[in-house]
Amino acid sequence: MAEHSLLQIFERDGITNVEFVESNILDEVCIRRIGDELISVIERKGCPKIVLNFQNVNALSSSALGMLITVNAKVGDKKGKLVLASLEGPIRDVFRITKLDKAFTLCDSLAEAMSSVR
Amino acid sequence: MCLKNEQPYKQQRTILGVRESFDEVQEAVLTLMVDQQYSEHDLFSVRVALEEALANALLHGHSGDEEREIEVHWHVTPAHVEIQVIDQGRGYDPEAIPDPTATENLTLPSGRGLAMIRAFMTEVELNERGNHLTMIRHK
Repeated sequence: MAEHSLLQIFERDGITNVEFVESNILDEVCIRRIGDELISVIERKGCPKIVLNFQNVNALSSSALGMLITVNAKVGDKKGKLVLASLEGPIRDVFRITKLDKAFTLCDSLAEAMSSVR
Repeated sequence: MCLKNEQPYKQQRTILGVRESFDEVQEAVLTLMVDQQYSEHDLFSVRVALEEALANALLHGHSGDEEREIEVHWHVTPAHVEIQVIDQGRGYDPEAIPDPTATENLTLPSGRGLAMIRAFMTEVELNERGNHLTMIRHK
């Protein structure tokens, strides 16, 4: 039986909008699957423009951050852009504490992210 | 790091390095914290720190061997949460891990676990061998 996707992916106006199905991005196996799904999306695109929406996310591990760094590098290799959206409260703290707010484009809202990724 | 007894909720468990056990321990600790009316931010902080501590025990302490046992102690009081995670590994030297917040290391995909534990907990102590982590968060 095929494994269910851990991401919901919507395409609009050349922008790929990705939402997480799981609220806790902690499990190593899930993180690997999410990374594989995202890299598969990137590889299908000429110049990927991706918004990752964290609206549903309640917890995030350092392993998930590592996966996002790899994904960001893949997007960069294709001269695309990755923007992280709906980052607030403790999830934003994770990026601030690890100083990864300097390595990623972070937006408070989805609308801001959609505008930033264009 | 001696804690006084203030209506203590003290438990310990020896677990395998598998997802189900990590989730069980996290839920047990968080349930006690909810009983003691900790904030959402406290719950988030302890969940993340505990996840990182257990992942470090499995990946670094036990080289990913899920069959090796990890000992977890927790003590939830109205004022603070103390958690100890003990693995059977040879330990590691935290000083040997490159500072993940240094500009030149921001693109490294790993090495942030202990930094996150230190950021989300009030006190963190690793024994000399490097296989016994004690962490406390005050309410």
